[in-house]
Amino acid sequence: MAQTTPDTGRLIGFPLARIDGPKKVTGTAPYAAEHHPQGCLHGFVTTATIGRGRITRLDLADAAAVPGVVKIYTHENRPRTAWWDRSWKDEVALPGHPFRPLENDRILFDGQPVALVIAETFEAARDAAALIRVSYAAEEPTTDLSAARQDAYVPKQKRNGIAPPPPPRGEPQAAYDRAPHRISAEYWLEGEHHNPMELFGSTVIYEGEGRLTVHDKTQGSQNVQGYLCGIFELQPENVRVYNYFVGGAFGSGLRPGHQVFLATLAALDLRRSVKLELSRQEMFYMRWRPATVQSVKMAADAEGHLVAILHDAIAATSVHEDYQETVVNWSGLAYRCDNVQLSYELAAMNVSTPGDMRAPGAATGFVALECAIDELSYAVGLDPLEMRVLNFVHVDQNEDLQLTSKALHACYREGAARFGWAQRSPKPRSMRDGQDLIGWGMATGIWEATLTQATARARLSKGGKVAVSAAASDIGTGTWTVLAQVGADAFGVLPQQVTVEIGDSSLPKTSVEGGSWTAASTGSAVQAAARAVQATLLRHARTMPGSPLAELSVEQTAIRGGRLVMEINDQAGVALDDILDAAGLSFIEEEAEVAPDAAQAKTFVSYTHSGIFVEVRIDDEVGVIRVSRVVIAVAAGRILNPKTARSQILGGVVMGIGMALHEEGMTDHRLGRIMNHNLAEYHIPAHADIADIDVIFVEEHDAMASPLGVKGLGEIGIVGVAAAVANAIYHATGTRVRHFPITIDKVLFAKEAAE
Amino acid sequence: MRPFSYLRPTAVSDAVSALMAEPGAQVLAGGTNLVDLMKYDVTHPTAVIDINDLPLRMIETGENGEMRLGALTTNAEVAHDPAVTDMLPLLSSAILAGASPQLRNAATTGGNLLQRTRCYYFYDPATPCNKREPGTGCSAIGGVNRIHAILGASETCIATHPSDMCVALAALDTTVEVAGPEGSREIPFLAFHRLPGAHPERDNTLQPGEIVVAVRVAGGRFARHHSYLKLRDRLSYAFALVSAAAALDIEEGRILDVRVALGGVAHKPWRDPLAEAEVAGQPATRQTFEALADRLLAGAKGQGGNDFKIPMARKAIVRALAQAAAGTSQIQAEKRVR
Amino acid sequence: MLHGPARTTSPTVPVMLTINGKRHDLNLAPFVTLLDLLRGPLTLTGTKKGCDHGQCGACTVLIDGQRINSCLKLAVSLNGAQITTIEGLGTPENLHPLQKAFVEHDAYQCGYCTPGQICSAAGLLAEGHARSREEIRELMSGNLCRCGAYTNIADAIEDVMAATSRSNQPEAAE
Repeated sequence: MAQTTPDTGRLIGFPLARIDGPKKVTGTAPYAAEHHPQGCLHGFVTTATIGRGRITRLDLADAAAVPGVVKIYTHENRPRTAWWDRSWKDEVALPGHPFRPLENDRILFDGQPVALVIAETFEAARDAAALIRVSYAAEEPTTDLSAARQDAYVPKQKRNGIAPPPPPRGEPQAAYDRAPHRISAEYWLEGEHHNPMELFGSTVIYEGEGRLTVHDKTQGSQNVQGYLCGIFELQPENVRVYNYFVGGAFGSGLRPGHQVFLATLAALDLRRSVKLELSRQEMFYMRWRPATVQSVKMAADAEGHLVAILHDAIAATSVHEDYQETVVNWSGLAYRCDNVQLSYELAAMNVSTPGDMRAPGAATGFVALECAIDELSYAVGLDPLEMRVLNFVHVDQNEDLQLTSKALHACYREGAARFGWAQRSPKPRSMRDGQDLIGWGMATGIWEATLTQATARARLSKGGKVAVSAAASDIGTGTWTVLAQVGADAFGVLPQQVTVEIGDSSLPKTSVEGGSWTAASTGSAVQAAARAVQATLLRHARTMPGSPLAELSVEQTAIRGGRLVMEINDQAGVALDDILDAAGLSFIEEEAEVAPDAAQAKTFVSYTHSGIFVEVRIDDEVGVIRVSRVVIAVAAGRILNPKTARSQILGGVVMGIGMALHEEGMTDHRLGRIMNHNLAEYHIPAHADIADIDVIFVEEHDAMASPLGVKGLGEIGIVGVAAAVANAIYHATGTRVRHFPITIDKVLFAKEAAE
Repeated sequence: MRPFSYLRPTAVSDAVSALMAEPGAQVLAGGTNLVDLMKYDVTHPTAVIDINDLPLRMIETGENGEMRLGALTTNAEVAHDPAVTDMLPLLSSAILAGASPQLRNAATTGGNLLQRTRCYYFYDPATPCNKREPGTGCSAIGGVNRIHAILGASETCIATHPSDMCVALAALDTTVEVAGPEGSREIPFLAFHRLPGAHPERDNTLQPGEIVVAVRVAGGRFARHHSYLKLRDRLSYAFALVSAAAALDIEEGRILDVRVALGGVAHKPWRDPLAEAEVAGQPATRQTFEALADRLLAGAKGQGGNDFKIPMARKAIVRALAQAAAGTSQIQAEKRVR
Repeated sequence: MLHGPARTTSPTVPVMLTINGKRHDLNLAPFVTLLDLLRGPLTLTGTKKGCDHGQCGACTVLIDGQRINSCLKLAVSLNGAQITTIEGLGTPENLHPLQKAFVEHDAYQCGYCTPGQICSAAGLLAEGHARSREEIRELMSGNLCRCGAYTNIADAIEDVMAATSRSNQPEAAE
């Protein structure tokens, strides 16, 4: 029986069950649209049904006649909002013009909101919204990347935080041309949609006097607060945003969604509380992982050493914003190679602006990179794993930086051992079990280990009660729980003695929850705040008569068993309550901030790494594909909580399987409209698609990645997974499918082509 | 949803009268399709006739082995009924291949017969669709048509019937009992659903005011040699790209009778009794199965996005027949193709 | 000409529902779904709206003991029904065995599909058709989980299933 309650002092690394778990499993955890203010109105959005053009006429008569309808907002009667683009730019805004719902008669993309119905009941709003008739002057939309790529461009303005491709190094084309082993291939990835299970929603509570309490589905309560204040010219002290529970987001909630804008607009105008929950269909018109076409040329010498990598990507963006992510740079740093040329361009289309989706850029780039190196390994005649080991690199050649750690060899070794990779028969189509072709494929994954600026507060009260707080979010990642562990660890108490406060814009400043940085950043800030409390305790304790701690610095002390003690001698110390009493305090509270170390960044960079091993079974006749086994070994520094950490990786792998086999927005390019805008026809993996997944965390110590030694886990789980599945499919069938998702028909035809 | 009145009759004749009284009325049973379509604003009945109080929830076995499934029996009740799993295992298997346990607990036998197509355009009131709004055109032709018909389509509609259950019913000897203003009548199952022709708005041959009361299926005939093989875009909870219901009577390696019905390929569960009849007497071999598959698909025509369905259907037919012949029918919880 | 039930022309219909053991006498417009009734007027927001069209399973509740998508049920059609939602299975202080197992196995992440998964699992256990892990997976496939907690959900259900079958086993004969 596994231990379910930890000992104090052994909390970091303990597989603590989520502290918010009992609420989640009983339905008592309130999500954004699950608050019930008095007299709340309900909204429903009508969306555009053309991909490009202008609204020529709005007929609202039938909708307005629906009993219970209070008001209908369109571009013709929208209350005034801020004029300048800069007021609309949220913390993670992109170069370009932020989308402004109901701004004017122009339709930039299909599914764009064109009207908001506010009614006394949800049903009245929904039913009225369906009765709004919009006439358009339609123009021909551009939604097809295969056509739009002709006009691809290098974005003029770089997105903050996203490095453009590094300049070429060496002589890529010449090295490619003279290499003995070469591959050249084009990889297509269709657009993917986040589709978190919770619909985007907001409850905006009108508190009177222009004050608002907002519950929003977002990955950053402070980002939404700033956005609303900018657009509606409100004072921050009058707008408080909560996101206690977030029903998944995967990046779709990084930027404020139109639900919170529209609900706030109506609440301010009507001076009433408003709830707006979007439909599942609308969530296909919000952020998405852009469709991307990538061409890779890769070459190796006779032994398999990489001698050239040329990787070009063209990704979709909207006509109004230049969404950018790091797609190709990985090809310059994953393996040792001295001749590298990378390019990244955008193709503007009549689509909603893409947005970060779990491991944005890397999930996409590693599809091409890891399939290409797999293809090349066959050309060379090397085992795919050996090929990667042979080309291992200990530095970031793009930036000429050292790595703070890279336990990728351990990932390869332990992953391969657990999987049984050594038993692999190298030849494609050489492993089978009855009618099933068996394929074993693998891939490498890399993601940034980032520390962002974060502030946190820690409070120690009499009786050993601890509270830690920060404006961080838990989008399913386990933030509630790991912060309790960090707080408990710092004060030598049990997690149940720690109160965690997050999901509230009034708490100490943090970034949006993204980039896998929350545990490292906010966790380290909590630890720093606790350390500050300890320093204050010491300051008071030193002045106590006969204090055994009088001569000590804070580094020489520790909090153990409810006492502030000498680090090397628990016997010498003072009870915490006695210190508080002596100081005449009922609590001590301190705030602390962590920030990236700019000096360190000049020499070092941090990444998480993984090795993924996949078995597929494919029916040789009808092409049914099953991912029957996955082993993923991850090097991510210190693991705060193996239970929630494992879940993060499982989730990444499952989404990666979806990327490989299922997920695809299907657009009718004549209409510019996504046609499978629902969960029946946009397939994400179901229970039956997912067999057991084995997660290994390899030992990795990295004191430089973050003060806590944590690197972050939210994204590394997906990177490389789709490639590993594709590589396994190739090994099973002998035919390479380079167009994702690899659906049953593609496998069927690939087999036909091979025969 | 548009406003509608709600009625809950307790007798079949009252339900029929209610339907006749209001041309815009529609019948509600399990609700899994009607409520879905009403919420998407695809259909807007002026009255909803809730028939859940009608005495149509029964599974009866006749002396000749014929099974009678009331229109209100749920998919789950039918699939797990011991007599059904014994006498009509193909039907049970096909039902279990469809939807999800929750939906099968709500969806009814009658409702399954009447479920509408999953065509993206039919489901999206923003686009033209002859089935939803006759005369507006078919957007699926030349559009996104991965899930569309390869057989029996017309210039006005290329939608498919999405049911799994009906594919098995088409392979078996099934009769639909209906009640209407003129009294009761029976419709042979193969004549119940129709091809789109010039009137894709009509899915079936029910007349105004008629409701499905029950289906009767001859039990026991193909209890040993049968299989329902469904190919789809994920391993569960997805509509068929192609499905094949195969049933065989074999004696000493020769085919006495064969049935093949296809799902996901046409406006109705697709069957060709003439082609099947030609196979009688031939050996139950792969060669025979391939010849039958070719014959069944002779008129198949792709629409671009669904061209793959033609070779896929061929493989599905051959495999399902091979499974049926070997007595190793596909088990729906088992994802390996047997 | 209608016989039998009078035509309901009034905008609302009287309905009696027993929800988590509590009787509710309601007058409802016929277009109100059970899901919207629960989440709106009754403030039982444990039942989730993930798609509103029977495509995700987040709204799963038990109606007369059977797991059903509440988004596709008109509330007026359920007169007299016994409904159990996640709130009726257990409370944070007194968890149902499935709820406990979900917490122990980390069988969720964001938690939004979780009430539907648990209600569905309760239905699955009552149905008794799942015996293997493969069958659990197939018969839980009506509940999507975008966080990808499937492996842990299967573990949690398997645990409770094993415990239930142990407690149901008769004493050994010898």
